[in-house]
Formats: sequence, C-alpha cells, structure tokens
Amino acid sequence: MPKPESLLCPTPAGLYCPPGDFYIDPVRPVARAVITHGHSDHARSGHGAVAATAETLAIMAARYGADFAGATEALRYGQTIERDGVDITLVPAGHVLGSAQVVVRRAGTTIAVSGDYKRRRDPTCPAFEPVACDVFVSEATFGLPVFRFPPDGDEIAKLLKSVAQFPERTHLVGAYALGKAQRIIRLLREAGYDKPVYVHGAMDSMNALYARFGIDLGPLAAATTEKKKDFAGAIVIAPPSAIGDRWSRRFADPLPAFASGWMAVRARARQRQVELPLVISDHADWNELTQTIAEIAPSEVWITHGGEEALLRWSALNGIQARALSLVGYDEDEGED
Amino acid sequence: MRAFANLLDRLAFTPARNGKLVLVRDYMRAVADPERGWALAALTGGLSFDAAKPGFIRKAVEARMDGELFALSYDYVGDLAETVALVWPAKPGANHEPELSEVVDALRGASRAQVQKLLEGWLDALDANSRWALLKLLTGGLRVGVSARLAKQALADMGGVEVGAIEEVWHGQAPPYEDLFAWLEKRSDRPTSDAPARFRPVMLAQAIEDADFAKLDAKDYAAEWKWDGIRVQAVSERGERRLYSRTGDDIGRAFPDVLDFLDFEGVIDGELLVVREGHVASFGDLQQRLNRKTADAKLLENFPASIRAYDLLLDGAEDLRALPFAERRKRLEAFVARAQSPRIDLSPLQPFAGWEELAALRAAPPTGDPQVAEGLMLKRWDSRYEAGRPKGPWFKWKRDPHLVDAVLMYAQRGHGKRSGFYSDYTFGVWREDAAGDRALTPVGKAYFGFTDEELKQIDKFVRDNTVERFGPVRSVRADKDFGLVLEVAFEGLQRSTRHKSGVAMRFPRINRIRWDKPAREADALTTLTNMLDAK
Repeated sequence: MPKPESLLCPTPAGLYCPPGDFYIDPVRPVARAVITHGHSDHARSGHGAVAATAETLAIMAARYGADFAGATEALRYGQTIERDGVDITLVPAGHVLGSAQVVVRRAGTTIAVSGDYKRRRDPTCPAFEPVACDVFVSEATFGLPVFRFPPDGDEIAKLLKSVAQFPERTHLVGAYALGKAQRIIRLLREAGYDKPVYVHGAMDSMNALYARFGIDLGPLAAATTEKKKDFAGAIVIAPPSAIGDRWSRRFADPLPAFASGWMAVRARARQRQVELPLVISDHADWNELTQTIAEIAPSEVWITHGGEEALLRWSALNGIQARALSLVGYDEDEGED
Repeated sequence: MRAFANLLDRLAFTPARNGKLVLVRDYMRAVADPERGWALAALTGGLSFDAAKPGFIRKAVEARMDGELFALSYDYVGDLAETVALVWPAKPGANHEPELSEVVDALRGASRAQVQKLLEGWLDALDANSRWALLKLLTGGLRVGVSARLAKQALADMGGVEVGAIEEVWHGQAPPYEDLFAWLEKRSDRPTSDAPARFRPVMLAQAIEDADFAKLDAKDYAAEWKWDGIRVQAVSERGERRLYSRTGDDIGRAFPDVLDFLDFEGVIDGELLVVREGHVASFGDLQQRLNRKTADAKLLENFPASIRAYDLLLDGAEDLRALPFAERRKRLEAFVARAQSPRIDLSPLQPFAGWEELAALRAAPPTGDPQVAEGLMLKRWDSRYEAGRPKGPWFKWKRDPHLVDAVLMYAQRGHGKRSGFYSDYTFGVWREDAAGDRALTPVGKAYFGFTDEELKQIDKFVRDNTVERFGPVRSVRADKDFGLVLEVAFEGLQRSTRHKSGVAMRFPRINRIRWDKPAREADALTTLTNMLDAK
C-alpha cells in the first residue's frame, strides 16, 4: 500500500496528486484540476483540464465564461474515472449545488477530500455521504467549540417574526450569491412565505442556474429597479457587501440582516452592524466536524483551512492521528461560506 | 426563558429607540404573567442577583470540557458569559427549560452551594441563547440598551396610556406587576397610586423658537434661570423620604446628604446642584455624584449637593398641581422659608419688562449664579402643573452654544435610515507637542445637526478620502494641507481624564460644514482649554 503522502500532498498551488498528476481546487492555473464546488476560492479559471460535477462546471461557466478551462469533464456523483492508475470519485458534500467530496484511490489506499461540507439538510443539494477511507481531509472553517449552529427553521422563524413586527422596514438579508441565497429562499418557501423575494442583480445568474437544475425558488423580483419603489415590508436578498453600502439607500428604513455561521458570535455581528444576525451556514459546525470524523473513523485526519488548532486538540484528546496541511488561498473569513 | 432570551438578543442588536419599544411592547403582549413581570423587573433594574461569580462559571465549564479547548474558545469570543453559553457541554437528560419566574423563585433562599447545582441544571436544559441570557442575568449585567424609562414607555404603548400614568403608579407596584398588567389590559381599574412618597410625573418645557416670541405676550410669563444640574423631585410624605430623577428613578441612596435635610411634608420640584458657599458649581462637579449607588464621606464633603426649588406639587397633604403657577410659586416661597433647610434654596424669578430686555439678560447674565446657568425658563403665570411636555405653558430658552472649528478624523456608518451612510463623526483640533509639531487630537463625536443633503455630501467626502478602515469605521485624510472642517456647537466643556485631549463636550453637534475653510486654520486645543480656565 502506498503511503497517503505519496498519493496527495500539499503544495503552494493546492493539494496535488503526483501519480495522477492533478490538483484538487488549485489556487493557481494548472494542467489538470478536480474541483469540489463552485465558490470562487475553490473554483478558479485558467486551468488546462477540469473535472467536476455538471453543476459545478455550469457555475464556473456562468461566472468566468464558457472558455474558463481548456477542456472539461462532467462527472456524476458516484462515477469513477481513472487518471494514470489513480481512481477519482465525486461524492455529495452537501455544501452547495454541485458540491462534492473528491475520493482518491490507488492500490488499496483511499483518501477522501471533503472540500467544504455540512451535515444538516439543505433543500438545494444532496446530503453529504460519509466514505470509508484511510485519510479524511477535512475543512475546519468553524473548527471551534463555540460554533454549534441552531436549527435553520428557528433562524428563518426569527426573520419572519421580525418582518411581521416591523412591516414599515425593509429586511435586507446579506447572503452569498452562490448557495446561501438560494437556500434562504428555499427555506422561506418551506416556511410558507409565498410573496416575491427581491434579489440584488448580482444574484440573478446563480438563481437562474439553480432553477435550471430544478430548484424551485418561487416568485423572485429585482430589487435593482429603475423606478422608485417602496420596499417596506419586503425581504431583499443581497451580497453581504451591498448591505452597508450605497446600494442599500434605496430602501425604506433598511433592517440589516446577515445569514452566516459567523453570526453565532455577537462581536462578529456587531462589527458588521447587523441588526438581525441569522446563524445559517453552509459549513459543518463543531459538532458536525467532530461527529463526522468519529463516524468515518479514518486512520488519519488532515485539516485544510480554518480552526485547525482546536480540531487538532480534539483529535489528540480522542486518540485520532491528525495534522494541519496549512493550505493557503482559501477564504476562512469574509469569503463565501 | 426562551422568549425573554430572544427579546434580550434582539434588543442588544437594535439600536433605534422605536425598534426597542416595539420589541418590548410585543413581548409584554405575547407573554403571560408572571413571566413578563419578572422580565419587566429585569429590564427596569428591579431584579438583581449576585448569584454567580465569573470564577464559578468558569470552573463549572472547565470541569466539563478540556481547558485548552475552552481557552481557545474564550480567546476567540472575548466574553465569558457568551463563551460559556456557546460551548456549554450539556449533560443529556435535562429537558425542562426553566422559565424566568422559576429561576427567580428557586434563587430566592437558595444557598450558595445550591445555586451552583441549580445553575448547572438550567444550563443543561437551555439553548445557547437562553444560557447567555441566564448568565447575563445572574452575573448582573444585561447591557441591552434599555432604560427603565424606555420599558415604561413600552408598557404605555401596550396599554394605550400616557407614560406619566405608568410613572405615577409605578412606585406602588412590585414585581411581577400583575395588577399593572391587569390595568393595561383593561381587566381591572388603575392600581392604587396612593403609596406614600411615590413619584409624580414631571412637567417639561418646549424649546422656544424665534418665531414664538411674536405670538407670546411677555406679561403672561414669569422668567427664571435654567440651572445646569439634574431635575429632581424631592418627596417627604408620612415619614418616607425619596429623591427621584425626572424619569422616576429613585436616586436617594446616592444623596444621603440631601435626604437628611428633607425636613418637610410635601413634594418639591427642583434642580439638583453642587453648591459651595452659596454658589453653584459646574455640571462637571455634579457629575462626580451621578450614576453611583452610594456616596462616601469624602465625596459628600467635596461635592455637597443641594436642591434649588422651582415648584411645589404637594404642600402637606394638599395637591397643588391644579393651581396656577403664580399661586404655586407663592406657596413655594412660603414653604422654602418655613423649611429653613441649608440644602434647599429658592430659584429666584428674574424680573423683566419685555422680550428685548430678557434677550439682553440672556446674552449677558448678571453676576453670580446666572452666569453658569444654561439659559432661561419661561413659565406662564396661569399654567397648571401638567405631566409631559405640553406646548405653550413652559418654554426653555437656552444660551447660544459655544462654537469651535474642528477637523473630521473618523466616520462611522449609522443605523436604520442612515445605515448606508457615514453619519457619526469624530472630530479633532490641533495640538502642539513639545517639539512644536502640530497634530490633530480627537475632542468629540457628533451625529446630528446636518441636513440629509449635507449628510450625502459628507458621506461622499468620507468615501473619497478614506485612509484606513476598521470594521464600520473609516479614518479620513486630515492633515494641515487637507481635511474637512466642521463647525461644532456644544453646550459646555468639562475636564476629562478618559479622553486623550483632556476635555469632554456636552451635546456636541455639527453647526455648519466649512467646505471653504482650510484644515490648518481649524481651532487649537488651547482654545478649548482656555474655556475651561475661564470658568
């Protein structure tokens, strides 16, 4: 059996597989890449050949243009392809539409790279599937015991209650354009909210793409109109950066909300001057991270980006061999989560 | 507990007063007795526990989880109660979420050892947000930006009554305030308000506008100086003595020197001031005595407080509030003379023949205490004593503010309607160091006084000239060759050890934007310090 380090190793360009000669989520242009999901810090343009799910390829094409890579290969979940004696399989990660773990196998050694993932239900993508493996490469964006997220339904109820309590104000919900925005809209629909949801123009292409892949978002309307319109009582979804910006001035007495795992900590919400923090994340929280490792029970855990210190400590306490890969180039803070 | 915790959570993130009022009002409507009554007590400061010290909470959590993981968590969050609320490793099995009223009942009469056990059980049963609320409550710091006054206003909104009516009955009521809620929900009559030494809602003045004088006849009004202290109501009734702030908070414990001399039977409306040898000291001196629970002997000696009386609400058992001001004034003069108290004197009336003469007096007050007054008060001779701020009977006519030209240094985004605008401004003046170099030093912060159009212009200036960003704050370019000069108006100046500049302004606001003025020509810190020395 080959040593896991000879199958995958960290490099400045990202996780590299020497025998298969490909990178996973490379941060620089490379000849061959496997992409876990469409967020811009994981999916970049300019690679030679890209293998990913059809959804992820569509997201990349929508963001970077059809010529974002020299060649593309769409993989179904569960389908295995071979690259120079290395088997590659994509398995659902439950993060956003099209998100996948990358499972790499060679001569009896299996490494599962989680990409970004979560364990709770998401109406916009299939659920994470644990894979038996020798090495589990885990993200750790929320790798601190303080991050234990409440049920999504409670947070959506909080938003709807506030809309009822303050009908004269515009609820401006900051949400990342890929994944979070569509999940919030779906959760609102599941909670029975059937009015139009107003969306920032930067959301349009992703919303259309989700609809094309069969995610029904219900009635949407543009929040970016030429005509003056009174948005009192409306829910508007916009990129987080637009919430405190000049763009938000068009609304009647806006009530700034932000849907993110970071909102679990009060100081982070205050820093952004959020009035309604909604703790909704597309990442695994502390409980999901630790329970997933316990469930998969790999011989070894490699931690990519985020709160590796606490997760290393937890692994040591639980007799699990773990190390931090210290990969650079992935947002753990203000990027898409 | 969950509903109360959710309320606290929303309040902590809601900056606008109107928003807070809606949240408190809706909570009081939705939640049943006695839960909401204890919540009201918690919000109005009537419920204080000293049940759990931070050290104990820390030990309890470290007994349950790895110390290093806790340390990493605490380091990230920065607040002990919040960290513990978030990380608390609940033991399974506890599923009865305690209500606030149960917590109050259980803590009453529990020993210290029992409290620790109770607390752990509650933390096991509650969700993270409720754990946070419980810990904040037990360690005695809610800090959600709600004053007792605001809570009472929310009650008034809930019941469709005037806030004065709430204040009038408040001191006869006790948590969980079931009679009060019964009245507000029209299930019973107004609760009795004849508790001795209760608070009577005060009468407030409107600010006078220039245009008002043409409509007012000087002969209808009495004038007196507007003292720069705090409004108080001194009550001595059937053996009970109280000193209330204008919102009905009982501040007597911090002023034992004043309470000692309430040797009368009645209710006086007046100004609390520090007075030495018959002369009024600055507001800064009075501030040494404010916002304290008690006062030690040294403080009492250095900052002796007394009352300058300007109205009489109760003379013996007789309620004077329906009498005209002229009549009440006569009764007050006789009352103060009779009381012969070294800590109560009379706010003298200022005779005047017409508005022009009064305007001259306001601009150049006579020697003595009027020189440190904030301006003048005008009271109609025939005015009844009405709770609230009726338009017409009483006016305040403040002195013109002090002005200083300062340079904009930092700007912070506002809230609500201003959330997309940089609307809170920190400004500074020039200070010369030992080597003769001049640098700006911040002297204050202002967030009103400008029009919407001017706000847009300053916002653009801030965005175009940002040097650095710190979260919602931007520092803007401000040096001798470039900067935005703001003419700042303020009411008074005090020495301050908390501010780097050594001075603190009262009520600073933007008076004018001096687009025309070069930053180098803004005022120097010595302009302000000279004002201090001139006093």
